[in-house]
Amino acid sequence: MKNKGASLTARLAAAPHIVWSVLFIAAPMLFVLYYAFTDKEGGFTLDNISQLGNASYLTIFMRSAAFAIVATAICLIVAYPLAYAISRATPKKQKIYLMLTMLPMWMNFLIRTYSIMAIIEDTGFINTLLTSMGLDPIHMINTDGSVIFGMVYNYLPYMVIPIYTVLSKLDTRLLEASQDLGCTPFWTFVRVVLPLSRSGVVSGITMVFVPSVSTFYISQKLGGSNFDLIGDTIERQFQTAYNYNLGAAMSLVLMVLILISMAVMNRYSDGEESVVV
Amino acid sequence: MSRLIELKNVSKSFDDAAVLRHIDLYIRDKEFVTLLGPSGCGKTTTLRIIGGFETPDEGDVFFDGKKINDLPPYKRPVNTVFQKYALFPHLNVYENVAFSLRLAKLPEIEISKKVKEMLKIVNLEGFEKRDVERLSGGQQQRVAIARALVGNPKVLLLDEPLGALDLKLRKDMQVELKKIQQRLGITFVYVTHDQEEALPMSDTVVVMDNGVIQQIGTPEDIYNEPANAFVADFIGESNILDGIMHEDELVEFAGHTLHCVDSGFSKDEPVDVVIRPEDVDIVPAGTVPLSGTVDTVTFKGVHYEIIVDVDGFKWMIQTTDYAAPGTVVGLRIMPEEIHVMKKSKYSDLYGDYSTYFDGLDDGSKEEKTKDEK
Ligand SMILES: Nc1ncnc2c1ncn2[C@@H]1O[C@H](COP(=O)(O)OP(=O)(O)OP(=O)(O)O)[C@@H](O)[C@H]1O
Ligand SMILES: [Mg+2]
Repeated sequence: MKNKGASLTARLAAAPHIVWSVLFIAAPMLFVLYYAFTDKEGGFTLDNISQLGNASYLTIFMRSAAFAIVATAICLIVAYPLAYAISRATPKKQKIYLMLTMLPMWMNFLIRTYSIMAIIEDTGFINTLLTSMGLDPIHMINTDGSVIFGMVYNYLPYMVIPIYTVLSKLDTRLLEASQDLGCTPFWTFVRVVLPLSRSGVVSGITMVFVPSVSTFYISQKLGGSNFDLIGDTIERQFQTAYNYNLGAAMSLVLMVLILISMAVMNRYSDGEESVVV
Repeated sequence: MSRLIELKNVSKSFDDAAVLRHIDLYIRDKEFVTLLGPSGCGKTTTLRIIGGFETPDEGDVFFDGKKINDLPPYKRPVNTVFQKYALFPHLNVYENVAFSLRLAKLPEIEISKKVKEMLKIVNLEGFEKRDVERLSGGQQQRVAIARALVGNPKVLLLDEPLGALDLKLRKDMQVELKKIQQRLGITFVYVTHDQEEALPMSDTVVVMDNGVIQQIGTPEDIYNEPANAFVADFIGESNILDGIMHEDELVEFAGHTLHCVDSGFSKDEPVDVVIRPEDVDIVPAGTVPLSGTVDTVTFKGVHYEIIVDVDGFKWMIQTTDYAAPGTVVGLRIMPEEIHVMKKSKYSDLYGDYSTYFDGLDDGSKEEKTKDEK
């Protein structure tokens, strides 16, 4: 509400939103800032931040980023062709395919992750099936792969939807124009479809990368105690170590890193449609 | 001149609705051909079949004597200026025009030279870096033409390229397009529903209605010797009357038998008689056989448009002579101004100005053809 001339009613209508923002967005941020720069006694300190330069924390940050990048890349590779196929189907089929894509999202996130556990455990569904057929069981849970699989499975729809949205709005006459000017279907894809769907890809990447890099639940359930991600570490500061100051410092750094990567991504989306988070 | 493109007995249906019926048409090299007809008559579909975006259900398409029914668009030496331009929004003016050149992997210097040259032809020098979505309609249209022409196609297909422009700009662009066509020596296949656009630009006009070709001819042929009542009505204004051809060069209409210059009909054959409004002279009543009462007079600048009631049939007459409403006047028509046509399914649908209202002129024509379908 930058508009000075905004009427009283407009301001009143915006009031609940403003109250909400102050209570649930601004206040928690201030708390994070406060804790990150204070010690247990409440005095100002930079110790919390500088502690993060510690090799063990750096490893955790790097590992989280690596996992999130791999998961995001897999999501992109799977989601793009899927979204493209959906957008080329008849309108009726598009609705059905979209519903199927979003179906898993109607189920609770925790339950979804638990079911993956039940399927890939050493004594889970797949391995029971394998042993009953006389084959050797495969160890899947508590590996890097199982964590990344969990991320891909949970966040794939967030990649499909934005890409589908831009592709479905793509003017088919542009594809015809491209072919008219001599492009084969392949080159039409490379030179017209791909560049015009960039904003959707950027949204999708952000929407998958951000929750992946900060998750703790997926890594706890599917990664066991083999390794920590940044989300796990933050959670532990609050839940078991009761070191709010260190936890807040980590959250702050993570947030800054995410903001930086989003800013970089945004440059690639040409500023056409801003990234939705 | 050789036949560059030929459609032989081409038919096309969408969802069981016939859109093109047995189209036979050939287009010569370097010719400016216009497909003219009311909205929905199948002009765009015909163009898309030539461009390769639709395949005919029946019949064949030939290019330079070779059958190209199944040749995909990207292999046809034909480029299109689409009805709504379809410029690439992610590319600037320069890159839009360079699109087909980049594909050919030409060196950058050559690309730059050709693009500049083309932009000069369409009067868009200095627009290279502009965002195509921020251009005016006329500018976008010229980018679309430059983009389609830069690759040196044998044929340019243009689908109502001036439809979105205002009258003044449309007139200017008509002249420019014709110049470009003559300068580059390229075959143009031009689609429009505007007869005023078709006549001055074309070498050949193809009049279509309801998926059927009604007449193919030079603009003069189409105007002076319309094949049936539809063509006579669609091209310009016409008074179309029922007549009887008593013998060669003698036709009866409006209660009188007059000399004409047409022949080749059987004795006493019922015919349609077309008389253009500008071909009727107003003379004092009694000096000529035909007479009627002046209904309305409208001043049009160059001439008056006078509606004359002749025994209940309203004629439109365009003349520089004024006649007051209510006066009885004689209508003089020279034998060579009487055009006799065979009866067709369009007879009796057109040509009476009893419901004529100036403001609705354009729309009413389309109405009529739609009702008739
Ligand atoms: N892809 C399609 N599917 C179904 N019907 C179609 C399709 N393309 C065209 N038609 C129909 O075919 C008929 C002719 O269409 P076409 O676009 O060729 O007309 P047109 O002469 O170009 O008209 P306009 O002047 O309005 O552009 C119309 O009735 C139209 O609805
Ligand atoms: Mg059309």
